[in-house]
This record gives sequence, structure tokens and C-alpha cells, in this order.
Amino acid sequence: MAHPPVLALRGITKRFGGVQALVDVDLQVRAGEVVALAGDNGAGKSTLIKVISGVSPADRGVIEWEGHLVQIKRPHDAHALGIATVYQDLAMCDNLDVVGNLFLGREIDRVGILDEVEMERRARDLMHALSIRIPDVRVPVAALSAGQRQAVAISRSLMGAPKVLLLDEPTAALGVEQTSHLLDLIEEVRDRGMAIILISHNMGDIKAVADRVAVLRLGRNNGLFDVSTVTQEQIISSVTGAADNAVAHRSKGDEEAWP
Amino acid sequence: MSRGGPHRDGGPGSAGPVTADGERRTRGWQDNLREYALDVRAGVRDGERGPLLVIAGLIVIWIVFQGLDDKFLSPRNLSNLSVDIVGTGLVAVGIVFVLLIREIDLSVGSVSGLAGAAFAVLNVNHGVPEWLAVIVAVAVGTAVGAFHGVFHAWLGVPAFVVTLAGLLIWNGLTLYLLGASGTINIDEEGLVASLTSHHFGDDLAAYAVAALGTAGYVLAARRRRSRHRAAGMPFRSEGEIWLRTGLLAVVAFAAAVTLNRFQGLPLALLIFLVVLVVSDYVLRRTRYGRRVFALGGGVEAARRAGIGVERVRVAMFMVSGTLAAVGGLFVASGLTSASPTTARAAGSGMLLINAIAAAVIGGTSLFGGRGSPWSVLLGVVVIQSIASGMGLLGVQDAVQFMITGGVLLAAVAADALSRRAQARRGRP
Repeated sequence: MAHPPVLALRGITKRFGGVQALVDVDLQVRAGEVVALAGDNGAGKSTLIKVISGVSPADRGVIEWEGHLVQIKRPHDAHALGIATVYQDLAMCDNLDVVGNLFLGREIDRVGILDEVEMERRARDLMHALSIRIPDVRVPVAALSAGQRQAVAISRSLMGAPKVLLLDEPTAALGVEQTSHLLDLIEEVRDRGMAIILISHNMGDIKAVADRVAVLRLGRNNGLFDVSTVTQEQIISSVTGAADNAVAHRSKGDEEAWP
Repeated sequence: MSRGGPHRDGGPGSAGPVTADGERRTRGWQDNLREYALDVRAGVRDGERGPLLVIAGLIVIWIVFQGLDDKFLSPRNLSNLSVDIVGTGLVAVGIVFVLLIREIDLSVGSVSGLAGAAFAVLNVNHGVPEWLAVIVAVAVGTAVGAFHGVFHAWLGVPAFVVTLAGLLIWNGLTLYLLGASGTINIDEEGLVASLTSHHFGDDLAAYAVAALGTAGYVLAARRRRSRHRAAGMPFRSEGEIWLRTGLLAVVAFAAAVTLNRFQGLPLALLIFLVVLVVSDYVLRRTRYGRRVFALGGGVEAARRAGIGVERVRVAMFMVSGTLAAVGGLFVASGLTSASPTTARAAGSGMLLINAIAAAVIGGTSLFGGRGSPWSVLLGVVVIQSIASGMGLLGVQDAVQFMITGGVLLAAVAADALSRRAQARRGRP
């Protein structure tokens, strides 16, 4: 393998009191690849995202970044490595406009005075480059549709030029057309060489945009599939536990996925 | 004046349906003007252009009071009005800072009374030089604000409880300070007294301020326009800039002429305008101001963006305490005294209610993240016009209380309705 994965997790274990949230979970993602993370409610998807984003570090396990061992103990660590997360609630300031949200916490200024023109110019360029259609970057995000808000949240997460993007159920609140715009955006971002981990319940989205799909069940790996060769039924049976043997579902040509 | 947060630099004109390629450039200014008028109409319908409704309301109030008493619109009464708004207005600017982060400060009336009493006791009873007593009085306000802020931000006590307790504590302290001496009359020729009594007798002063304000506005607007144009972004049309400048100039020079027909530009009004310009600039154009708005828009979003939420909270209560103290000095200056009677009045909440009403009437939201110091100017003129008119007509206090309370309730209800209207449009 010429390039090691951007991010590789091995043997991640996390326990909340008496509950084993994650047991020996492995996951890896390469640049320019979308890995979907599927699983039923409570399967540990969100816990895994929190481990990667540093919100709630793992108890045991190894994290490798571009082949090197790293520690992610705080959100700041993840951020410094180049991991950006878009949470389901988006965490936007509804009263601020698109530009204000994009640059929140990283405003362009001269001695404390905001350079609105430069920020607006960059915001427009970014929206244009990502083919995001927003009526006006100066409208408060409260006035945007759910899909537009999601798109703004994703583009905000790209501001720091990250290498790995975590998306937590980005299409959950979207209609059909908005979902298709969002999937276009995800592909656009992937084609720029970003590694994307996409949490989703929606098999259609997974089939449409992901390259591989990793299934979690009851906090354990329960299958890793190549999306081009797997059927929705296989994924679903893996999610629901109808097929519990992970090894049987190992995808072709991905031998070192399970060390 | 602008409201509604740090959108486009200047105000209502920004909401035009600007396309990504700066379409406004290609059309004549008449089209732009027509489009702007349509925008304004749509804005009023959606509950967003509140200031226009308030201005309309103010005109009605003025016409009614002028009809009842023809002294109401006399230069003398309007000039007094322009001084009387300053105490309440400064307190209300502090309230705006706190409202922007979606909190409330109920102690401002008591704090302003405390500052006035602290100044009077230090200066008159203890012979402390006036300048030093002023600094101490203002610092007391800042410290009280920090005290509230720490209780709220770090101990997690709801702000309205902290400041409600503060309302009683600081009012008690004021009465305690004044207890020994009763009413203290301050030096009528002194620094604090001149805050409200000094007028720039030279006609030139008022005209110069009006001209400076207008010129400053037009220069800033044109500079912004050329920068946007250079960057290939949509910009305001010439026609719109000149229309706004024209309106501003008419209001500013009409005010200057009126003031000059009495005693000239009051020092108090000048100070108030400077405070408004500075605080508006800080809130809208600086990184710090952006944090304040962000906190009002979403605490969690602000926190994740790396904003020190607790520190901003404490700072806002400090601003509010400081401006309450400064406003208190203007109140004491107007009365040229600090007395247990006025302290009790401060504790009764009239100043507090007027200040909150002024902020909310002008368009600052109680729900956080939306508003501007300029909203205070509009709101406080409305509040003080009602008070002044009722004073001229000899309406008794009991009725004034009911009317002021009703106005506050109406303003808050309008705020809540406009918020609902926006939520309806905002979230499909």
C-alpha cells in the first residue's frame, strides 16, 4: 500500500459505567474516500465520532494519523491534526449571517476590526467552489433552508483545511432534493482529496456516495463492505444482527482492513 | 438607524435580493430605489422593519401631544427632552449589551442610584475632588457588574435572580450611604452638574456635529461601496446612499436648528451620541462585538467556535454596570442632588423599566442576538416624549406608571410576535 490511511483506529474500547459502548472497534479511512458508518441506534456510532473528535476519548485502543501513532484527548487535539466534525445540531448562530458563521472564531481582522469585505469575498469564493447555492451570504442562517444550513455547516468545517471530515447524519432532516444536493457536495469535497466519515441511517445515501461501509452493532464491528459489490439487504442484515459474523462479510481486496 | 445584528454594514438597505454577480450594478438608480421601497414594504409586513413603525408611532405621539399642548414641540421642551433622555439612554445602552447575549440586568436602576449617591457622599461629605469621585462612582458600577457577572457566569445562577438580588442589595446600600446625611445637594457649578446643564452656546457647535455626522456617514458608506466594488461584490447603489444621507442630514440639521433656537447643543446629548457611535462600532465592526452577537445566537455554537463564553458574559455585565453608573451620574446631575427619595424611586424600578422599554421599543430583542445601541436612541425618545408630554399635561404619577408599563408590555409583545414571524419564515 503506497499511502497509509489518513486515519486508522485499532481496538478502540470505550465504557460508560457498566455499559460497553465500544469494544475493539477498528476503522480506517483514506484520502479521497467516503466511509459510511452504519448501525442501529445505540450501536456506538456517535460514541465513535466523539472518540475521533476528542470530545470523549477512548479508554483503550490505538489511533494512527498518516501512519503515526497519535493521541486525541481533547477536541483541540483532533482539530490540530486536521479532523473537522459537523454535528447533527450544526451548532450555528441563527442570528449571524452566512459569512459570520463561516468565520466564527476565526474572523479576519486588522487590530480587532473585522475585515468584512475580505471575509465576504472568501465566503463567496468558497460557496462558488463548492457549488453551494445560497441566495445571499449576508442573510442570517435562520432564514436558510435545512439543506442550505447543512451545506453552510459543512463548508464552515472546511475553513480550517482539514484532512478528515466527520459528518453526523447530515441528511436526517433533509428532503429528497436537498439530500441530493448534499450528496453532490460530499462528492465534491471527497474529490478534493478529503477523507470523509459519514454516519447515516439511510441506505440510499450510503449506496449513492460512500466507497465503503463499516457497520457497528452493539459497540462492535459487524462488517466492512465495498459499496459497489454489496447489496442493501446485506448491509441491513448486518445492521440488524441477522448476520453476526463479521469475518464472512469482509470486502474483497481489502485484506489488511482487519489486522 | 440599523438594527438586527451585524448584517450588511449599514442597515435596512442590505436586505435586497442581491444576486451573486452584483446585479445592482447594471441598473439605474430609479430601479434600485423602487426595489428598495419594495424591500422596505416587505420588511414591515414581516415584522423586520420595526424602526419605521416606531418612527411612525413617535410622529403620532408628537402630533397628539402638540395638539393637547402647543408648548410640546417648542425648542425649549425639545431641548430639555434631548437632555432628559441621556440618563435613561445610557442605562439602556448597557441593557442592550446584556440583552444581546440573551440575559437581563434588573439591577441597573439601583446601580445608577448607588453611583449618584457614592459620588455625592464622596464629593460633598468627604471633600474628595470631583474628578476622583466620578471615577470611583463609575468604578463602583463596573465592580457591581463584575460581581453579578461572576455569580451568573461561573456559579450558574440565572442572571435575572442575581440582578434581582442586586436590585435590592444596591438600593439598600444607597439608602445606607445616604442614611446619615439625608438629601445631599451637589455643587451646581461643578463638573457633574454641568453634565446636564452645559450647552454649547455657539450655534456653530450644533451645526458642526450635524455636518460631521452626515459627512462621516457618507464617507464611510462610499468607502464601503468602493471596496465592495473593487472586490467584485454587490454594493449599494449611489441613489440609495444619497437617499439615506439626505434623510440623515434632514434629521440632524433640523435637530441642530431646534437646539440652537434654545440654548444650543447640550453637552449631555453630545456625550450620548459619542457613546452610541462607539458602542455601535464595537458591536458591529470588531471581533469582540461579533462574539457578543454569537453568544446571543447560540451559546453552544459560540463555545465550539472557541469563544470564552464565561468571560464574555462577565464583561457584558460589567459594561451594563458601568453604563448604569454613568447614567446615574447624569440623573444626579439633572436633579443636582442625591436623596433617599430618589434612591427609593430608583429602587422602585421606574428607571429600569424605562431603560428596558427604550431598548426593546427601538428594536433590540429580549430573545438575544438581535439589536443595536442605536435602537436606544429611538426608544428613549419615545419613552421620554410620553413622559414629557404627560408631565406638561399634569398627568399624575399613577397614570404615568400604568402607561409606561403598558408601553413596555406592547413593545415586548411586538418583539415576541416579530420573532415568531421570523421563525416561521426562517425554518421551513
